[in-house]
Amino acid sequence: MALPKRRHSRARGRKRRTNWKITTVNVVECAHCHQARLPHHICPQCGYYDGREVFAPGQES
Amino acid sequence: MGHFDKVKKLGRTKSHREAMLGNMAMSLFQHRMIKTTDAKAKALRPLVDRIISTAKKDTLAAKRQVAKTVKNKEVFKKLFNEIVPQFADRTSGFSRVIKLGVRRGDGAPLSVVELLTEKPKKVDDKKDKKKKKAASGK
Ligand SMILES: [Zn+2]
Repeated sequence: MALPKRRHSRARGRKRRTNWKITTVNVVECAHCHQARLPHHICPQCGYYDGREVFAPGQES
Repeated sequence: MGHFDKVKKLGRTKSHREAMLGNMAMSLFQHRMIKTTDAKAKALRPLVDRIISTAKKDTLAAKRQVAKTVKNKEVFKKLFNEIVPQFADRTSGFSRVIKLGVRRGDGAPLSVVELLTEKPKKVDDKKDKKKKKAASGK
Protein backbone atom coordinates (compact mmCIF):
# COMPACT_ATOMS: atom_id res chain seq x y z
CA MET A 1 0.00 0.00 0.00
CA ALA A 2 1.22 3.48 -0.85
CA LEU A 3 2.28 5.52 2.15
CA PRO A 4 3.47 9.14 2.49
CA LYS A 5 7.25 9.39 2.34
CA ARG A 6 7.51 12.71 4.16
CA ARG A 7 5.41 14.68 6.57
CA HIS A 8 3.81 17.67 4.91
CA SER A 9 3.49 21.00 6.65
CA ARG A 10 0.27 22.56 7.89
CA ALA A 11 0.87 25.42 5.45
CA ARG A 12 0.99 23.01 2.55
CA GLY A 13 -2.35 21.51 3.44
CA ARG A 14 -3.88 24.89 4.17
CA LYS A 15 -2.65 26.31 0.85
CA ARG A 16 -4.31 23.44 -0.98
CA ARG A 17 -7.52 23.98 0.92
CA THR A 18 -7.74 27.68 0.12
CA ASN A 19 -9.42 26.55 -3.08
CA TRP A 20 -12.19 24.78 -1.21
CA LYS A 21 -14.79 27.48 -1.59
CA ILE A 22 -18.52 27.48 -1.45
CA THR A 23 -20.52 29.57 -3.84
CA THR A 24 -23.78 31.27 -3.06
CA VAL A 25 -26.89 29.70 -4.53
CA ASN A 26 -28.46 31.88 -7.14
CA VAL A 27 -32.01 32.60 -6.13
CA VAL A 28 -34.65 34.72 -7.82
CA GLU A 29 -37.88 36.20 -6.57
CA CYS A 30 -41.03 34.22 -7.33
CA ALA A 31 -43.36 36.29 -9.46
CA HIS A 32 -46.37 34.83 -7.66
CA CYS A 33 -45.53 34.67 -3.94
CA HIS A 34 -42.40 36.90 -3.97
CA GLN A 35 -40.40 34.40 -1.93
CA ALA A 36 -36.99 33.15 -3.03
CA ARG A 37 -36.83 30.25 -5.47
CA LEU A 38 -34.26 28.67 -7.77
CA PRO A 39 -34.23 29.97 -11.33
CA HIS A 40 -35.97 27.70 -13.88
CA HIS A 41 -37.57 25.71 -11.07
CA ILE A 42 -41.12 25.37 -9.83
CA CYS A 43 -41.51 27.55 -6.74
CA PRO A 44 -41.37 25.23 -3.70
CA GLN A 45 -43.52 27.59 -1.64
CA CYS A 46 -46.47 28.17 -3.97
CA GLY A 47 -45.94 25.56 -6.72
CA TYR A 48 -46.16 28.14 -9.48
CA TYR A 49 -44.06 28.17 -12.62
CA ASP A 50 -44.46 30.49 -15.57
CA GLY A 51 -47.61 32.09 -14.18
CA ARG A 52 -49.66 29.02 -13.32
CA GLU A 53 -49.85 26.47 -10.56
CA VAL A 54 -48.03 23.34 -11.65
CA PHE A 55 -47.71 21.48 -8.43
CA ALA A 56 -49.41 22.23 -5.15
CA PRO A 57 -46.82 22.16 -2.33
CA GLY A 58 -47.02 19.03 -0.19
CA GLN A 59 -49.01 17.20 -2.87
CA GLU A 60 -47.62 13.83 -3.98
CA SER A 61 -47.66 13.08 -7.69
CA MET B 1 -22.76 15.35 -20.25
CA GLY B 2 -23.46 12.88 -23.02
CA HIS B 3 -25.39 15.29 -25.23
CA PHE B 4 -24.72 13.10 -28.25
CA ASP B 5 -25.91 9.91 -26.62
CA LYS B 6 -28.98 8.79 -28.48
CA VAL B 7 -30.07 6.61 -25.57
CA LYS B 8 -29.67 7.68 -21.97
CA LYS B 9 -28.81 4.42 -20.27
CA LEU B 10 -29.72 5.48 -16.74
CA GLY B 11 -27.47 2.78 -15.26
CA ARG B 12 -29.83 0.01 -16.33
CA THR B 13 -29.81 -2.84 -18.78
CA LYS B 14 -31.77 -2.41 -21.98
CA SER B 15 -34.67 -4.55 -20.79
CA HIS B 16 -34.80 -2.86 -17.40
CA ARG B 17 -34.67 0.59 -18.97
CA GLU B 18 -37.34 -0.12 -21.56
CA ALA B 19 -39.64 -1.67 -18.98
CA MET B 20 -39.17 1.26 -16.63
CA LEU B 21 -39.70 3.94 -19.27
CA GLY B 22 -42.75 2.10 -20.58
CA ASN B 23 -44.24 1.99 -17.10
CA MET B 24 -43.45 5.65 -16.60
CA ALA B 25 -45.13 6.54 -19.90
CA MET B 26 -48.24 4.66 -18.80
CA SER B 27 -48.22 6.46 -15.44
CA LEU B 28 -47.95 9.75 -17.27
CA PHE B 29 -50.92 8.98 -19.53
CA GLN B 30 -52.87 7.92 -16.48
CA HIS B 31 -52.09 10.87 -14.23
CA ARG B 32 -51.21 13.62 -16.76
CA MET B 33 -48.29 14.64 -14.54
CA ILE B 34 -45.56 12.63 -12.83
CA LYS B 35 -42.65 13.50 -10.58
CA THR B 36 -39.29 11.80 -11.21
CA THR B 37 -35.59 12.54 -11.36
CA ASP B 38 -34.51 15.01 -13.98
CA ALA B 39 -32.56 12.35 -15.93
CA LYS B 40 -35.52 9.98 -16.12
CA ALA B 41 -37.84 12.84 -17.05
CA LYS B 42 -35.62 13.84 -19.94
CA ALA B 43 -35.37 10.24 -21.14
CA LEU B 44 -39.14 9.85 -20.93
CA ARG B 45 -40.08 12.93 -22.93
CA PRO B 46 -39.00 11.72 -26.42
CA LEU B 47 -40.63 8.34 -25.80
CA VAL B 48 -43.94 9.91 -24.80
CA ASP B 49 -43.87 12.30 -27.74
CA ARG B 50 -43.23 9.43 -30.14
CA ILE B 51 -46.05 7.34 -28.69
CA ILE B 52 -48.51 10.21 -29.08
CA SER B 53 -47.30 10.96 -32.62
CA THR B 54 -47.88 7.33 -33.54
CA ALA B 55 -51.23 7.25 -31.76
CA LYS B 56 -52.39 10.28 -33.73
CA LYS B 57 -52.20 8.27 -36.96
CA ASP B 58 -55.09 6.20 -35.62
CA THR B 59 -54.54 3.18 -37.88
CA LEU B 60 -54.53 -0.47 -36.81
CA ALA B 61 -50.78 -0.65 -37.37
CA ALA B 62 -50.28 2.47 -35.27
CA LYS B 63 -52.42 1.03 -32.49
CA ARG B 64 -50.36 -2.16 -32.45
CA GLN B 65 -47.17 -0.12 -32.38
CA VAL B 66 -48.43 1.87 -29.41
CA ALA B 67 -49.64 -1.27 -27.62
CA LYS B 68 -46.05 -2.51 -27.57
CA THR B 69 -45.30 0.13 -24.95
CA VAL B 70 -48.73 0.94 -23.52
CA LYS B 71 -49.56 -2.52 -22.26
CA ASN B 72 -52.31 -1.54 -19.87
CA LYS B 73 -55.70 -1.70 -21.62
CA GLU B 74 -57.28 1.04 -19.51
CA VAL B 75 -54.42 3.42 -20.18
CA PHE B 76 -54.43 2.44 -23.86
CA LYS B 77 -58.11 3.37 -24.12
CA LYS B 78 -57.56 6.61 -22.25
CA LEU B 79 -54.69 7.51 -24.55
CA PHE B 80 -56.76 7.10 -27.71
CA ASN B 81 -60.09 8.38 -26.39
CA GLU B 82 -59.08 11.23 -24.12
CA ILE B 83 -55.48 12.26 -24.69
CA VAL B 84 -55.00 12.07 -28.47
CA PRO B 85 -58.13 14.19 -29.30
CA GLN B 86 -56.71 17.00 -27.13
CA PHE B 87 -53.62 17.10 -29.33
CA ALA B 88 -55.55 17.56 -32.59
CA ASP B 89 -54.06 21.02 -33.15
CA ARG B 90 -50.51 20.03 -32.19
CA THR B 91 -47.96 18.14 -34.27
CA SER B 92 -45.15 17.84 -31.76
CA GLY B 93 -44.11 18.79 -28.26
CA PHE B 94 -46.81 16.95 -26.37
CA SER B 95 -45.00 16.84 -23.06
CA ARG B 96 -43.00 19.20 -20.90
CA VAL B 97 -40.37 18.84 -18.17
CA ILE B 98 -40.09 21.41 -15.39
CA LYS B 99 -37.43 21.30 -12.70
CA LEU B 100 -38.61 20.87 -9.15
CA GLY B 101 -35.50 20.99 -6.94
CA VAL B 102 -33.38 18.36 -5.23
CA ARG B 103 -34.43 15.27 -3.31
CA ARG B 104 -33.63 15.04 0.36
CA GLY B 105 -31.40 12.08 1.04
CA ASP B 106 -29.44 11.74 -2.16
CA GLY B 107 -29.69 15.27 -3.58
CA ALA B 108 -30.96 13.99 -6.92
CA PRO B 109 -32.45 16.73 -9.09
CA LEU B 110 -36.18 16.17 -9.45
CA SER B 111 -38.51 17.22 -12.23
CA VAL B 112 -42.13 17.10 -13.21
CA VAL B 113 -43.18 15.67 -16.57
CA GLU B 114 -46.59 16.77 -17.75
CA LEU B 115 -48.76 16.31 -20.80
CA LEU B 116 -49.79 19.56 -22.42
CA THR B 117 -53.45 18.71 -22.09
CA GLU B 118 -56.14 20.60 -20.25
CA LYS B 119 -55.79 20.30 -16.51
CA PRO B 120 -58.81 18.44 -15.18
CA LYS B 121 -60.69 20.64 -12.75
CA LYS B 122 -60.23 18.95 -9.43
CA VAL B 123 -61.34 21.87 -7.28
CA ASP B 124 -64.85 20.44 -6.97
CA ASP B 125 -63.47 17.00 -6.11
CA LYS B 126 -61.41 18.38 -3.26
CA LYS B 127 -64.38 20.28 -1.87
CA ASP B 128 -66.49 17.13 -2.06
CA LYS B 129 -63.85 15.11 -0.29
CA LYS B 130 -63.54 17.68 2.45
CA LYS B 131 -67.29 17.69 2.89
CA LYS B 132 -67.35 13.90 3.00
CA LYS B 133 -64.50 13.83 5.52
CA ALA B 134 -66.23 16.42 7.66
CA ALA B 135 -69.48 14.50 7.44
CA SER B 136 -67.87 11.18 8.37
CA GLY B 137 -65.93 12.84 11.21
CA LYS B 138 -69.13 14.04 12.79
ZN1 LIG C 1 -43.92 31.21 -5.30
